[in-house]
Amino acid sequence: MSDSVKQQVLISGVGGQGILFVTRLLAEAAIYKGLPVLTSETHGMAQRGGTVVSHLKIGGYSSPLIRPSGADVLFILRVENLTNHLFYLKPGGIAVANASSQPESSDGITLLTMDADAAAKEIHQPRSSNLVLAGFALSAMHLKGLGTFCSPDDIRAVLHQKLAGRDKLLKSSLSAFNLGVMRGEKVNI
Amino acid sequence: MNNRTLMIGNEAMARGLVENGCSMALAYPGTPASEILPGIIKWKTELSLPIHTQWAVNEKIAFEIAYAGSIAGLRTVVSMKQVGLNVASDPLMSAAYMGVKGGFIVISADDPGPHSSQTEQDSRLMAMFAKVPVLDPSGPQQAKELVGLAYEMSETFELPVMLRPTTRVCHGGQDIELNEIKSIGHTAAFKKDPSRWAATPKFRYILHAKLNEKLSAVAAHDATQPRVLNPGVISQKAIVASGVAAAHVREIMSDLGLANKIAAYQVIQPFPLHSSFIEELLGKHEDILMIEESSPVIEMQIADRHKVKGRLNGFIPAAGELLPEIIEGIIAGFCSVAKTEIKPPSAGGRRPSLCAGCPHRASFFAIKKAVPGAIYTSDIGCYTLGLNLGAIDTALCMGASISQAAGFYQAFKLGGKDTDIVATIGDSTFFHAGVPALIDAVAQDARFVLVVLDNSTTAMTGNQPTPALGVDACGNPIAKISIEGLVKGCGVKYCRIGDPYDLPGFTRLIRAAKKHAREKGLAVVISRHPCLVDKRMKEAQHDRIAVSVSPACDGCSYCIKQFECPAIEHDEKEKKAVINQLLCSGCGICVHVCPKKAIEKVMSE
Repeated sequence: MSDSVKQQVLISGVGGQGILFVTRLLAEAAIYKGLPVLTSETHGMAQRGGTVVSHLKIGGYSSPLIRPSGADVLFILRVENLTNHLFYLKPGGIAVANASSQPESSDGITLLTMDADAAAKEIHQPRSSNLVLAGFALSAMHLKGLGTFCSPDDIRAVLHQKLAGRDKLLKSSLSAFNLGVMRGEKVNI
Repeated sequence: MNNRTLMIGNEAMARGLVENGCSMALAYPGTPASEILPGIIKWKTELSLPIHTQWAVNEKIAFEIAYAGSIAGLRTVVSMKQVGLNVASDPLMSAAYMGVKGGFIVISADDPGPHSSQTEQDSRLMAMFAKVPVLDPSGPQQAKELVGLAYEMSETFELPVMLRPTTRVCHGGQDIELNEIKSIGHTAAFKKDPSRWAATPKFRYILHAKLNEKLSAVAAHDATQPRVLNPGVISQKAIVASGVAAAHVREIMSDLGLANKIAAYQVIQPFPLHSSFIEELLGKHEDILMIEESSPVIEMQIADRHKVKGRLNGFIPAAGELLPEIIEGIIAGFCSVAKTEIKPPSAGGRRPSLCAGCPHRASFFAIKKAVPGAIYTSDIGCYTLGLNLGAIDTALCMGASISQAAGFYQAFKLGGKDTDIVATIGDSTFFHAGVPALIDAVAQDARFVLVVLDNSTTAMTGNQPTPALGVDACGNPIAKISIEGLVKGCGVKYCRIGDPYDLPGFTRLIRAAKKHAREKGLAVVISRHPCLVDKRMKEAQHDRIAVSVSPACDGCSYCIKQFECPAIEHDEKEKKAVINQLLCSGCGICVHVCPKKAIEKVMSE
């Protein structure tokens, strides 16, 4: 992997949506590819259903936090957060949001949306919206050459590593992730 | 592929402690420090290492146990959040005088922001006050490295050494390299020396003088010298940073094209600041910017003020976290480079609330029903979110719900006025600091209702066990301490136990307690129902009760305002309440909440 890969991803949602899990999954995929990572997580009081934000920086950074207009990708698990966190997106960056319809604030940015909650319910895993959206984002961006530091296969490899020996959870996690990947392949940008 | 592992700073420090032969690890949970002890336990269990690991009842006790291990010659650690250090400040001040034998690290995690704390206090200032050296890591990897340096320093100078991470270090993640686990080979031995370990004031004076000598030597200690971030750069201006601010500074200077123009230093040891560094800094530079969180600890040690810009002359904001965008603006101004400012929207995001099905919500609802208009004193924990229900008027610090209730009682009694007071305190907080306050209230005949919210865990910080659970930090069985036994032992004559999930019954219990408090004296009600988030307690939860909203709902929103359950939403189109089945835990309590009886149990077929 080249030393020049540098990417900043902001992941936003509310407590209980599995923001930490997705952040760590992406971070571990980067480490798996030999890249240095920095993350910043929200713990404590805010985790009780309040707004939760994770910062993920891949490549040669030293600060754990993304500055305004610094994020290459916004990963929005709760669409209501889009307006609040849009200022983090850099010009030309991409926002991926869990939404049932195109939100109003999408003017002038590349916004990919998918109803990950509905999709997760379809496969009877209502708490897997995070993995569905991750699959969707990675495959859509990968196919369109929008530059991500890892491919869906890298995530699958990390899931196998992370959930080794927990077959049931691994299987359901993969099916949620794969559903997202499949939907992402069909998206038009 | 590589052998680097993603760890948050707390896990990295834990690994550093294990690698450097830590034999005793004590803690009381508190964000952002809570994951340090579990990190140690993970390695202890995986590698069968002989380490005593323990959640203590409070930080003072944790400190004293770990300190005794150190004077017996072992390498030990005590970890806590910054306000926990306030509780442990008494032994800290004396331990500085007496010193240590085996390496002794005090980890006190600060929370500039604050994100999950009562204050933004700077533990480095506490280290300075106590006269102990303090190290200030900029990220997880450095925090791990500084653990090794701290143990060496602690043993070289026979001093406690403080390690002060902040939230961004504790909960920042990084790819961390694992190093081998050193065998230190220390075994417990205690050499009696009453003039040191039990020093009277006369000997304390001698110890104080010795401590000053040690600190002078620490101020010349080579391993913890400030680090030059961009060697070879000669400039009139200089930037000095410490902690995570130093990590922000490095990146920002590079982005602004200043890395080769302005000299930059990272202070590793903010107190005592290296004497040679102070001379060098003032000798080489004319204009110096100091960036540190949250108090001007480094800045204050530079006696010659006319070259320094920092907090003391308003160059750095005096409150709030030093976010990188704030630092960027300050550096751009200091170095006269252009920078476009982006203002984030002022809209706040969603506030946290008690989980759906949380037993605390039921307790608070019952208290409001049974004792409306009372003064509600409360405490520190998940249940502080009872604020959202209007069931909390005060939250000062650990244990203060009980003493503040007593204070209100005494204050109103002076004016001859009767007022109802209900104090709420969590089980872990009750053990931590509530017991002495309860003894005091009983002795002084302060009359109020105390509700101990007993959910069998320390929920807010990640479900650590309380002494009532009978399980240690590793999950092994230990002695159980009964809360009701303790309450009675404090001299309380009236103590009842109820399950808040039985909302009507529990409300009656609070009413009866109110009557007792008015007529006879202090009344305690233990509200007992295990935390829904606690995986250990899955078996103890009752079966799911499905509920739905009937056509009788007129959309008055009483349930949403007064009960504030995340699973009850207001349907804007239908103008009525609706149950979000995904969020609903099936506690069934809301059936008793609706004044129109429009929330109904769904009968199974």
